[in-house]
Amino acid sequence: MSQLIQHLINGIASGTIYALIALGYTMVYGVLKLINFAHGDVMMVGVYMGYATAFALGREARGSVGGVLLIFLVAMGGCALLGFLIERFAYRPLREKPRLTALITAIGISFTLSYGFQLDIGFLPGSAPRAFPQIIKPSQWFTLGDPEFPDVVLWNWQVISLMVAVALMMGLQYLVFRTRFGRAMRAVSFDHRVAALMGIPTDRVISVTFMIGSALAAGAGLLYAIKDTSVSPLMGLYVGLKAFVAAVIGGIGNVPGAMVGGLLLGLVEEFVVGYAASTWRDAVAFGFLILVLLVRPGGLFGRVAAEKV
Amino acid sequence: MRRLTPVLLAAIALFSAACEKKSQPTTSAEAPGGQAAQPATGGKPPSSDTLLLGEVVSLTGAQATFGVSTRNGVDLALNEVNAAGGVKGKKLAVRVLDDQSKPEEAAQAATRLITQDKVLVILGDVASSNSLAMADKAQAAGIPMITPASTNPAVTEKGDFIFRVCFIDPFQGFVMAKFAREHLKVERAAILQDNKSAYSIGLTEVFSQKFKELGGTLLATESYSQGDTDFRAQLTSIKKLKPQAIYVPGYYNDVGIIARQARELGLTVPMMGADGWDSEKLFELAGNALDGSYFSNHYSPANPEPRVQKFIADYKAAYGSVPDALAALGYDAARVAIAAIEKSKDLSGPSIRDAIAQTKDFPGVAGTITLDEKRNAVKSAVILKVGNGTTEFVTTVHP
Repeated sequence: MSQLIQHLINGIASGTIYALIALGYTMVYGVLKLINFAHGDVMMVGVYMGYATAFALGREARGSVGGVLLIFLVAMGGCALLGFLIERFAYRPLREKPRLTALITAIGISFTLSYGFQLDIGFLPGSAPRAFPQIIKPSQWFTLGDPEFPDVVLWNWQVISLMVAVALMMGLQYLVFRTRFGRAMRAVSFDHRVAALMGIPTDRVISVTFMIGSALAAGAGLLYAIKDTSVSPLMGLYVGLKAFVAAVIGGIGNVPGAMVGGLLLGLVEEFVVGYAASTWRDAVAFGFLILVLLVRPGGLFGRVAAEKV
Repeated sequence: MRRLTPVLLAAIALFSAACEKKSQPTTSAEAPGGQAAQPATGGKPPSSDTLLLGEVVSLTGAQATFGVSTRNGVDLALNEVNAAGGVKGKKLAVRVLDDQSKPEEAAQAATRLITQDKVLVILGDVASSNSLAMADKAQAAGIPMITPASTNPAVTEKGDFIFRVCFIDPFQGFVMAKFAREHLKVERAAILQDNKSAYSIGLTEVFSQKFKELGGTLLATESYSQGDTDFRAQLTSIKKLKPQAIYVPGYYNDVGIIARQARELGLTVPMMGADGWDSEKLFELAGNALDGSYFSNHYSPANPEPRVQKFIADYKAAYGSVPDALAALGYDAARVAIAAIEKSKDLSGPSIRDAIAQTKDFPGVAGTITLDEKRNAVKSAVILKVGNGTTEFVTTVHP
């Protein structure tokens, strides 16, 4: 029983991170009908920005509330800028071109970032995995059983991660459904040509969407780095692919779907590794994707839209 | 969605193929870990007045520090010999290729060294999975290959052109099982193995067999896959069984994180490992989570022998850090290869092979090297204890 609770805690911890990254995929797909495959690599860049900031702050400032906030702000702000640049210079010129062109470009950007960061020139970190500094000093919030040898441990960073993730998601939900900008976003997502005719600045809406998605990815990446302590230039490819699967499970383009998909995937993976073998993890994750799509081709929350011919 | 599906599938396929990259001859790259850049001796075309050796190591990817240490050791050996006038009146050069810690890249790199660069001997790699991939190519081409540090027995079983200058896993697993039972008095142990690596699986087999033979109880063998970053699920399962020690025969990049997460879950028993732990990076990744843990290794910098101390001093002067076992073994592998080239009659593959096979009582810095009929080195192992970001020598175990 205690093992089950521990697995639940761990699964929710990794699931919320997948959910946050999946949100970026889903938002961009919503407004552009583009799978931004560079999204995971933007997350990786954000993690390295946080890493650099943490080292710049020095050991004492890292664990403080202000220090952690600053690390998050730098990484999220930096990634927002990166997301803006990628959209402006790589995707916008291709907007009226066939969809495949933009997709290939996205994969190109992804490789540029993940392999570029393996170089050892200037500020680039090189390919060796590094340990992310402990910006949140770990302490046990809650234990079950013998305190010396606890059966279940709930860590402060798990609670903080969950709170940060939920706060970011609630903020996003508010933005999309309760603000003028959100309304513009939904309008662009519905039909960007008509939205432009109605006086909505579609270019600006799409830019801001990219910035928000990238900032969320950076936040998620930092939570991931706090959880798993190891960062490397190729982490974005793997985590990004998983989050993409989560977004598709939930129904790509659907905000609550991304959250549910991420949580489900995190839990499924944790239970596979805990009760079966870690080698099955990816097979089961993708198997789960196929299963969901067989039953609901549009994902759990998605609606199957008829293609306009 | 219907029109998008094939596109998505294609994208995912492309994505999975993300890791296809051509290996290039390394030029002087700054070593990870912030060491000063060292001019690699590779990249020169073979000319009539140089003897060209080939080297395939992991300079990038998960086991990057292994490759960098090995390369530094090899370069040190070559520079020493060249400074003393070279071999047979010719200077030595080495062409270094990076396999990015991947077996398929290692095989490609070995093929390139054999067919394009026409090297005399191939040195490499450290990870057994990579060496296994290279060994096929070297054996088929009749070019001798010396692996400095691959400990899986299958590597030299690939054929009579494949050698190693380190001990093999059956011995290493045996050493740790014995140490755990007799020294640490461990009754109940669990194993966490990397099931993507030939090295880790081999060690797990030997350790579990010996540990049970010596009267210990093996509670469970859990596994992870190289490159995982979350081991909490396996560690939670292990914790429930209340072991007194955990054997983690993996590579430093995974072990550091495993240790951290184990401590976090309240699993505070010592961990035991093997030479794959040996990297400066281990302490950076693990913090102090591995304090009080033990691992078996090829050599200890605390060895007072003059030749070992001289090697350490030279290495420090050249690279600014204390050499790890991989650097020592890289140095030894290069020295054995050079001695064989010196002895060979006509520099053909078979003649160099025969010269290597006769290596006996060779004074290496990681122990004295005598190659047995299976082309493996018979030598002793040391047990090191981890503490305060460094290792201390505990004991030597002879075969």
